[in-house]
Parts: sequence; structure tokens; C-alpha cells
Amino acid sequence: MLNKTGIPTKDQVLSRFPDRKALIKPKAILECYEDIPCNPCSTSCPFDAIEIGENINVQPKLHTDLCTGCAVCVPSCPGLAIVIAQIKGDRAVFKIPYEFLPMPEKGQVWDGVNRSGEVICDALIEHVAITSKTDHTAVVTASVPVEFIYDFVTVRVKQ
Amino acid sequence: MRIDKHPILNFPKKEPIPFIFEGQEVYGVEGDTIASALHALGITTLSYSIKKGRPRGFYCAIGNCASCNMMVNGIPNVRTCITPLVAGMIVERQTDKGVIR
Amino acid sequence: MKHHELIIIGGGPSGLCAAKMAAEAGVKVLIVDRSPQLGGQLTKQTHKFFGSKAQYAKTRGFDIAKILIDQVIHHPNVTILQEATVVGLYPDKVVTVYQHDTYTRYQADKVIVATGASEKFLAFENNDLPGIYGAGAVQTLMNLYGVLPGQDIIMVGSGNIGLIVSYQLLQAGVHVKGIVEAAPTIGGYKVHASKIRRLGVPIFTSTTVQRAVGSTHLEAVELVKLDAKWQPLPGTEQIIPIDALCISVGLSPMHQLLSMVNAKTKYINELGGFVPIIDDHHQTTQEGIFACGDAVGIEEASSAMMEGYLTGLYVAEHLGKSHPESHALKEKYEHELDMLRNGPFGIKTKIGLEKLRKDDIHA
Repeated sequence: MLNKTGIPTKDQVLSRFPDRKALIKPKAILECYEDIPCNPCSTSCPFDAIEIGENINVQPKLHTDLCTGCAVCVPSCPGLAIVIAQIKGDRAVFKIPYEFLPMPEKGQVWDGVNRSGEVICDALIEHVAITSKTDHTAVVTASVPVEFIYDFVTVRVKQ
Repeated sequence: MRIDKHPILNFPKKEPIPFIFEGQEVYGVEGDTIASALHALGITTLSYSIKKGRPRGFYCAIGNCASCNMMVNGIPNVRTCITPLVAGMIVERQTDKGVIR
Repeated sequence: MKHHELIIIGGGPSGLCAAKMAAEAGVKVLIVDRSPQLGGQLTKQTHKFFGSKAQYAKTRGFDIAKILIDQVIHHPNVTILQEATVVGLYPDKVVTVYQHDTYTRYQADKVIVATGASEKFLAFENNDLPGIYGAGAVQTLMNLYGVLPGQDIIMVGSGNIGLIVSYQLLQAGVHVKGIVEAAPTIGGYKVHASKIRRLGVPIFTSTTVQRAVGSTHLEAVELVKLDAKWQPLPGTEQIIPIDALCISVGLSPMHQLLSMVNAKTKYINELGGFVPIIDDHHQTTQEGIFACGDAVGIEEASSAMMEGYLTGLYVAEHLGKSHPESHALKEKYEHELDMLRNGPFGIKTKIGLEKLRKDDIHA
């Protein structure tokens, strides 16, 4: 399915999420489902929580207990395949990479979008970070109702 | 149409560069190639094919396919996609293989 | 006639990397490039690159170009000619250059052909209409010159270039109506495809372009679905109004200068077309003429850089000047190249290289 549509299956997505207990703290979700020669996520992680190893074609593996959700990996992934997820009560809080104009701003409500590009909910923009280190990739903190935790992937400005 | 704001790249306002296209004075900007200046003006037909007179535009943009060949300052077959725009250039479409006038 | 120890034809990633190694080994290098800017296709790549640290992973393509250019532009052993087209290459290593109305002949001791590749074309009715561009050309217009190619676009081809350029079109504010792929599956990295799908862009697999519609400019495209035998399925035609069409159906190595010197080539599908037969020093069947990068087989820029470094090191040795760290660097770059080709996306290249070397005494 991924090969035909570019959209991972529900099982593929779930396999990258740690269990809900662990998500009390923010954790990286590595949606890299293919062996490609690439390892900046692993080399960028200040906590060695992302493992790839000598053969850089191997898909990254997250050591959940070492991951602090610092989000350094988010703008490091050339495929923009990494987000940070956290459950805070009835909200799922994400840190996502964003490279478009207009840039979201704190306090705005944008559309929350799923992997098929469909609008599924409202997303509250809580923070936008863009520094020289992130090299024009903004790390946007957005929260959605927790029931969308496995469906939400990015934000889109309301038309 | 020129891009004003871009999430990754910077497109600052640049100095306009006047040139003549098919007898009319038009403007490109500093840093343009002849082809990019024409495209920004909405001119996408750069030549006509020799036998059937079909409109042609550019294709490869790296000076390889000859689709963008135009007459510049009387010299035919100039690859406008890789030739920087210079003020006062006289740019014309060619309909033949190119004859030096 | 001017003399230069080493002439490198092409100032893209493989040419620049070859120049760095050779210059550091003490070789006098002349780089000849026909574009107004050095860096080859890297200069218009706005996305972050893959690979490992050695290939500047997570650095944007145009920033990698700056790094590679910086490495050679001030080196005392390097001379650069820009907006200079090599119009002739001869077996005695004479290189003729046409630059700004002047024709100059150079005599080289060794030559490296690093001319890269050009976009393939697709045959369909009206494919010559203005508004139909190679995907790389659209990148050039947008990212180098800040000019939009159109407002409503369809991309043909779902390889990495098709997927990446679609994303870049969206970043520039262009409406991408869809990506058309003749094969039943997406050709490029799935992370690129996923990025596009999030943005609501459909990917039409098993679909191709039947014809383009328009008189002086493209106005619409007719798509048609393909059956399992790649034949158009009658009744599945649909017309989509667009003002630009990007063709991204693969690249072909630019081996033409090598044909001038009768360097032996072989047609290898997996490598993109006709490629020169080269030995493990990247020397062609014409003595003293070497080749590297996309000109010897279509891969990614990351491989072009590694091949460039290696070829520079080998050519320096052939000139009797070894790089001070020759052994360690050769090992490092061979290893990197191996790793880049190790995954499922490298299989095609490996098959191609095996076919190239098979039955060949020279290689």
C-alpha cells in the first residue's frame, strides 16, 4: 500500500508508536518504513536514542527509554518523516517539521490533516521554532484531540 | 510570474535590466538568463519549428536540448536558457536554422 | 595551444570533488563548465540530502554546492572557466572550448569527463508545446531564477526527482494537481511520497499521458490508465486543465564527448543508457581519459561526489602525484560508495555495474 499510494498502513504507523504509558513524556515517532542510505537522525540525536549502525540503509530504531523528545531529530530528517508525540490529558501534542508559507503562529487554529491529506480535526498552534540550526525547517508544536493521535500528521492553513 | 516570498530561498528585489524583445523594450532583473526573463514576462514561446512552424519553449534548462535557441544581437542559435541577460540585448525568435545577419 | 595537466569537463558535484583531490595532490587542474554558476544540478536543490555525514546529509543541496565550490575555488592549483562549453574532445587529449565568442584549444595530460546527465523525454502527441518542461528545468526556473513555471501543474514520473520537484512546486505556491506514474508502484523514496500525500496531492499509478492539448501553449493534458501489460485502457481517458507539465521520466548519461574519442560504451538500462566502459580507476578505453558521476551511470549526487573524489585520487596517481592521504581516502570513499549502493535502491546500480564489467577485458 505504501508503495502504491505513499500512505503507510495503520499497522505500520502503530508499530512506530511506543505504548501510551510511555507517551506521558514526549517521544520521537520515526516514520521511516524503507531501507534507504541515510542516517542524520541517528547522528543528530544528542542522547543516542536513535540506532542505525554501520549499514546506513537500515531503518532507524528508537530506544524509547533514552528519548527525551528534544526534537533535534525532527528537522534533521531529510524525508521529514519524524515527529514528536506526547499525550497530555485529552490532547495529543505534536512537534512537526513545517516548510511552507504562511508559517503558523502561536495561538492560531489550523486544520489537522492525516496521511492521506484529509482534514480530520482542528489543530491548535502552541509554538513555532525556527533557528539557523533547523535550517529553514520550522518545528511547530501543535495539539489535537487525543483520539486523533494515530491519524494526525501535519497542519494546514484554514481556507 | 516572479516568486516573492519562499520558505527556503531568498528572492530580494533586484535591479531591472532593459532589453529588446521582438522590437519592444521589456525588463528582466539582475541574475536572469534570457529565457528566465522572458518567462517572467509570460513569454513562453521562444521559437517556431523549422518545417511546421510549431511554437517551441524551453525544455531542459541546462543548454542541452536546443529548444530555447533564439537570435540574440544578430547571432542565431543562442541557448537562452544558460545565457545571462545583459542590458540592451536584442532578442528575437528565429524561424529558420539561423542565419548570421 | 594552452597546456593544462588535468582538464575536468563539468563543474558539478563529481567534477568539483575530483578537482579537490587532484589539486591537493599537486596537480594543476582546469575546470570547464558551461553554466553561469558552478555546482551542477546541486545549485537548484532546495531539499535536505540523504546519505551520511561524508555526503553532507541533512544539508540542503545548494548549500552542498557552496561547500564543494569553496573547496576548490581558492585553491592555487585550480583554474575555472565558466560559461565555457567544451565543443571538442580528441584522443590526444586536446580539449577545445568555446567561451564568449572565443575558441581556444587546450592540451591536457589527462581529462576527466564529468558531464552529468540530461532529462529523458516522453513521446506523446503535442509533447513539444511550450509549457512542457523537464522537471529539472522547472526547478531551475523556480529555485535559481525565482520564476514560476505555471499555476496548475501535473508531474509525470514518481521517481525521486518527480516527487521532490512536486514538493518544491508546492513550496513555491504552485498547485500540483497530481503525479502520474506509468508503473503500478511509486518509483522514489516513500518518505518523499508521504510528504506529498499529506499535502493532498494524488499519485496516479498505472497512468500515463496520452496527449497534450493546446495551440500556442499547453492548456490541458489527457491522462489514460494502463493495464497490466502497460497498454492504455480505452474509456479511462480524462482531461485535466493545466498550464504546465513536468516530465520526470529518468536521466540519460551525457556521454557524447566520449563518443567523440571513440571510448567504448555499452547500453545498460539500469545505468540510464549508454555509459562508457571504465576500469576501477575510472579510466575509459581511451588512454588518459577518465569519467565519473552521472556520466558513467545515473545515481544520486551522493554517489557522484564519492566517485569524483576517487577519480581525482586515481588520476593524480596516473600523473605521478599521489595525494598525501591517498590510501586512507580511497578506502573511505570506496566504503561510502559501497554503503550508498547497499540498500534496495542500490540494487539496480549494482546490477548495471555487473553488466558493464561482464565479458570486458578492459574493465
